Amino acid sequence: MSKTTRIDRRFAKLKEEGRPGLVTFITAGDPDLETSKKILLGLPKAGADVIELGMPFSDPMADGPAIQASSLRALKAGHKMRATLELVSEFRKHDQDTPIVLMGYYNPIYVYPNEEFLKDATAAGVDGLIVVDVPPEADDELCIPARKHGLNFIRLATPTTDAKRLPTVLTNTSGFLYYVSITGITGAAAPDVNAVHTHVNLIKKATTLPVAVGFGVKTGDQAKALAKGADAVVVGSALVSAIEQSLEPGGRSTSKTVASVLDLVQSFAGALRTG
Amino acid sequence: MATASTQPKGTKPNTFRSGPDDRGHFGIFGGRFVAETLMPLILDLERAYNEAKNDPAFHAELADLNANYAGRPSALYFAERLTEQFGGAKIYFKRDELNHTGSHKINNCLGQILLARRMRKTRIIAETGAGQHGVAVATVCARFGLPCEIFMGKTDVERQKPNVFRMGLLGAKVNPVTSGAGTLKDAMNEALRDWVTNVRDTYYIIGTVAGPHPYPELVRDFQSIIGKEVREQMLEREGRLPDTLVACIGGGSNAIGLFHPFLDDENVKLYGVEAGGHGLDVPNGHAASMNGGNPGVLHGNRTYLLQDDDGQILEGHSISAGLDYPGVGPEHAWLKETGRVTYVAATDQEALDAFQMCTTLEGIIPALEPSHALAYVEKLAPTLSKDNLLVMNMCGRGDKDIFAVAGHLGMKM
Repeated sequence: MSKTTRIDRRFAKLKEEGRPGLVTFITAGDPDLETSKKILLGLPKAGADVIELGMPFSDPMADGPAIQASSLRALKAGHKMRATLELVSEFRKHDQDTPIVLMGYYNPIYVYPNEEFLKDATAAGVDGLIVVDVPPEADDELCIPARKHGLNFIRLATPTTDAKRLPTVLTNTSGFLYYVSITGITGAAAPDVNAVHTHVNLIKKATTLPVAVGFGVKTGDQAKALAKGADAVVVGSALVSAIEQSLEPGGRSTSKTVASVLDLVQSFAGALRTG
Repeated sequence: MATASTQPKGTKPNTFRSGPDDRGHFGIFGGRFVAETLMPLILDLERAYNEAKNDPAFHAELADLNANYAGRPSALYFAERLTEQFGGAKIYFKRDELNHTGSHKINNCLGQILLARRMRKTRIIAETGAGQHGVAVATVCARFGLPCEIFMGKTDVERQKPNVFRMGLLGAKVNPVTSGAGTLKDAMNEALRDWVTNVRDTYYIIGTVAGPHPYPELVRDFQSIIGKEVREQMLEREGRLPDTLVACIGGGSNAIGLFHPFLDDENVKLYGVEAGGHGLDVPNGHAASMNGGNPGVLHGNRTYLLQDDDGQILEGHSISAGLDYPGVGPEHAWLKETGRVTYVAATDQEALDAFQMCTTLEGIIPALEPSHALAYVEKLAPTLSKDNLLVMNMCGRGDKDIFAVAGHLGMKM
């Protein structure tokens, strides 16, 4: 990509500062639009370097119970794709530097449909897309059109992505590469730190793209350990679990909801900043 | 020759039997929409299937199991009393409910368990709706000594108790799925989550002609034995091909199995019968994805889906757990677009009525799934001439449904 993107600039800055970045995942509209907006606006100050914003989907096949529940909370509150894009527009009024990556599944984009979605997402200030169920074999569907709009298309590499397959995954990837530290769904078993290092090293030899490591990161210490050799760590299930735990029994947000997520983000950020 | 993927809409392909293309597309439908973790395995599976397809030993082993374990060929039966009752087409049943395990599902499971063995996988998982596929999977796993876990929606576990019990007897572990409405869609989500977690040692036996390529192709190929047998049996019996074929459609495996060998026989009319539930005009009250849905992407393929205008998948409804799925196999979506197959729907009530009629007139208790096909035969047959040869796929027997039917008819057991 000829022009640098907000994501490129953010990773360049992290490199300058010599620290691994914190990528935070929350689901748009979880538990409701207003609360979700407050959390989103508070993320940069709490220490999020890159924001992944989940696009709720009824059938999140690659997600564990925590993110499934967050998606369903948002949908139950009446969340629509347009509201996700409006959240990003609102965020951009306050923050021009923190990259936002929309993450989710293909169907809500396909139905939007694709070209309109890419246009609206770009106009809203979205920087990148992670679409879990569109593999490189289908790059002509969404990845290449997204790049034409100036959006980074970020791919996942996994423990099953061997040296033979890695080039296929890297071909049209831009912004950064997301290394999935386990074979499994989000928020599942704790990753094996040594195996992750080995795989991240292999990836680093094959690309100059920044590598973010995620799936199953629950504590600051774990984040710190996984960050070695990588450029950033992704935290998601832990954050949406914090939302869940802060809710009233009926599922409504409480005065604690926003703070409980942002405090947790702050503690992860703190852990990653202590050498 | 035009391939499935390059065929412009509205024109007729030279053949309807060449799909999918090498990326798994039937027209715009199909494909491989899965998470990266699964991609290497999906590609391995494609390679393994292509090798098996060209290996006479694979075909010989499958043919032997089909003949001596499943009991194929299944009979082609002239349903004389229903023919009299409807007063039109000459009605035949393809008796796939007589197969071992009681439905057409065994055809696919025998093929896939041999593939799993070739790929040296040591653990089997599957989703099931009515439990017919689950029972067939549990059966082949018992036969070949492989551990097996079946994902089944909690609602379906309740309404298909006999099959849950059978799976347990066969040594399978049944995992009730509580997410969503607890039906087939949710079972498939959970099976995919298990697969992504245990991708290295686990083979996923998908039960219908849906999912990522190559599943729609390989399941179709294993089920096509139904149509191949009908061709031979009808030629032998009547000296010519049938005129009309009717089958019910959930994911569509029994229907594609019957239709595929006839797709290029222009004079053979093909009808797929979807689950009309409470009626096509009742929002979210049916499971007719082609008659009441739109194209979308779910469970690894692009196809017709029941969904809202924001791309969220709807639960749908059918009296029949086996048809209660918001999608359909991508090849059916393509056959609808090209107009080769006519897709219609039958309601819960029509299926229940057909269930009773078949039981009392023919002495055959059909599953609720083919009861939908029969409900449409009841409408179609009287409009056809007496020399019209109609074959309906009796794809499953109704033993599993008697408790549910008793409930609907207000009877106590």
